[in-house]
Amino acid sequence: MDIEKTQELPLNLGPQHPSMHGLFRMVVNLEGEKITKIEPKMGYLHRGMEKLAESRTYSQFIPYTDRLDYLASPHNNWAYVQTVEKLMGVEIPERAEYLRVIFGELARIASHQVCIASTALDLAGWTAWSYLFRDRERICDMYEMTAGSRLTVNIMRIGGICAEPPAEFWPALQSFLDDTPEMLEEYYGMFFGNEIAQGRLKSVGILSKELAENLSITGPVLRASGVDYDVRKAEPYSIYDRFDFKVPVLTGCDSYDRTIIRMDEIVESVKIIKQAVRDIPEGPIMAKVPKVIKPPVGEVYHRVENPKGELGFYIVSDGTTKPSRVRIRPATFINLQMLPIVALGWKIQDVVAIFATLDAVLGEVDK
Amino acid sequence: METINNLMVTLNNLFLIITAFIRSFFADPHSLWADLTMNVINFIIVVVIVVLAALILILLERKVAGWTSQRPGPNRLGPRGWFQTIADAIKLLGKEDVTPEGADKFMFKVAPMIIFSLPMLSLAVIPYGYQLAPINLDLGIIYYLAITSISTVAFLMAGWGSNNKYALIGGMREVAQMISYEIPLLFSVLGVVMITQSFNLGVIVEAQKSLPFIILQPLGFVIFIIAGMAEVNRAPFDLVEADQEVVAGPFVEYTGLRWGLFFLGEYGNMTAMSALAATVFLGGWQGPAFFPGWIWFWMKAGIIIFFMMWVRWTFPRIRIDHLMHFAWKVLLPLSILNIFLTGLGIYIYRLVMGG
Repeated sequence: MDIEKTQELPLNLGPQHPSMHGLFRMVVNLEGEKITKIEPKMGYLHRGMEKLAESRTYSQFIPYTDRLDYLASPHNNWAYVQTVEKLMGVEIPERAEYLRVIFGELARIASHQVCIASTALDLAGWTAWSYLFRDRERICDMYEMTAGSRLTVNIMRIGGICAEPPAEFWPALQSFLDDTPEMLEEYYGMFFGNEIAQGRLKSVGILSKELAENLSITGPVLRASGVDYDVRKAEPYSIYDRFDFKVPVLTGCDSYDRTIIRMDEIVESVKIIKQAVRDIPEGPIMAKVPKVIKPPVGEVYHRVENPKGELGFYIVSDGTTKPSRVRIRPATFINLQMLPIVALGWKIQDVVAIFATLDAVLGEVDK
Repeated sequence: METINNLMVTLNNLFLIITAFIRSFFADPHSLWADLTMNVINFIIVVVIVVLAALILILLERKVAGWTSQRPGPNRLGPRGWFQTIADAIKLLGKEDVTPEGADKFMFKVAPMIIFSLPMLSLAVIPYGYQLAPINLDLGIIYYLAITSISTVAFLMAGWGSNNKYALIGGMREVAQMISYEIPLLFSVLGVVMITQSFNLGVIVEAQKSLPFIILQPLGFVIFIIAGMAEVNRAPFDLVEADQEVVAGPFVEYTGLRWGLFFLGEYGNMTAMSALAATVFLGGWQGPAFFPGWIWFWMKAGIIIFFMMWVRWTFPRIRIDHLMHFAWKVLLPLSILNIFLTGLGIYIYRLVMGG
């Protein structure tokens, strides 16, 4: 202690910290307010999902997938059941496909709303946060009408969907879709139009196109860096090839574009749902699948476009009722790689903002 | 009509009458003992103002927050939830008093006391009505600003004494912010001082009989409100206690009533800042005669308090470098411009009026 000199201050942000969504921890080195080093630490929410899958039957694992990215649980169900269906070679009825698209896109809207809201909250925009959550409630209500729960919906089944939406679902959906332009205008006016918010987000945390491609970033974060890549277009799954929609791409590469692109995606999702509601046929909602699911020996990989990015399931079957190995490719775990590279040199406040725009859900990161 | 006029005069001078009544108990109403008694009573009244203001404002803040974000706010305890703050205060009283290991105990314990005492000191020079300043000080404004700048030291003491990195960062932010914003704050009231030729708040209020200084000094008022919000750490300038970044800044290690003292101090400071703004720019207790002066004063202060709450629940938090840029590159030049324009105006006024 005889040498006195200016030192960097190591600081633990998380795992219990108001701006770390869930249980994320990063150890940052500070030089005043400036960040000179970031070390993300994960695993505080690790529940061993992949190992759990090995001791459960194929259907029993569906509720576990809800707990991956719990803000968009229908998408996780969807990715998993489609993987199993691909393995078994099951064709599912038209109506079930349409319903899956409707709930998937509703989940995308809800997830993006939470992302924008939590970005606003991390910038101390409490009011904007409450407005977004108020509108998300309506989607939760629609989940509840159909599946009975509001967050971890568990709505998909191997071969179809759990239930036919009740009669009051359709008017609720219609009025929600009609109100979205107004909502988006309100969000913009509440938050993004604000000078301070723009100052906090614009040209902060630049993720260049090359870096994004090299780190295999996916989802809105990638598209905000100017790469036109969406699994729904690149490798259309389910019935996405029937719908007319655009993939919004922005070239700002900064926190602002990473947030605003989610507003554009909500617009596109609304378009898809409107087409699905228009075209939805009558018919059964479950395919004829055996009571005991026993896929043939083999392995399969399937990926979908989760609101956060590319979500993939890799399943190895040994012909029994339980999978021999399940591997999950989470979107945000891989997206989080950019954080220590991109956030270097910014202030504490910017790191909080950059982390929020990545839309990390720790259930998915830690599995 | 006559009786109503009489009633208004009585109401207006209500507190002066009470003072005269108390003083009449003494053989010589202006003896040293009478003055001492009055000083003690004045002090108690200021303490009551700070505590009452905090009790009311905390609830009001939550109601305003609820109103802006479309939710009811506290509505369970008492009529429309009006007793919520009292319940919260009782809860704070019952909490364990924790002093963290490795803390500088003296600094840690003294800091909340200093912070709580500052708004009382600064509220003591505000004229609440006609001849109703607890202390009529000739250097009122300078005294007020000197007192508010002491809180920098107290926040730094809390930040350093807590032995916590978040608290330290918060404390350092506080120092940077306060030093930057004190200068435009002082400069923005200098225009008013130039016009009235006095630092005495009573004289400044008297000078606003015909029109409040917000009309003569609109730029000064805007600078004062912005710098004042930064000075009392209200959003969007609440970087000191920014919960998304430094959890609660200097308060992070405090529990129970010590934490409550910080809270009381915060709302007391806010009241004091609004009171000063109402006195210097909005004409203080001056107003049309259908309300007594002291009601006018609190109405004007209340409008500014409401404005501060409204801003807090609307704006996101500003970034630290933008905060500094804003103080030194925008507010400071503007406040100097304001002084220059005021001087020019006074010069032209004198040239024309031949004064």
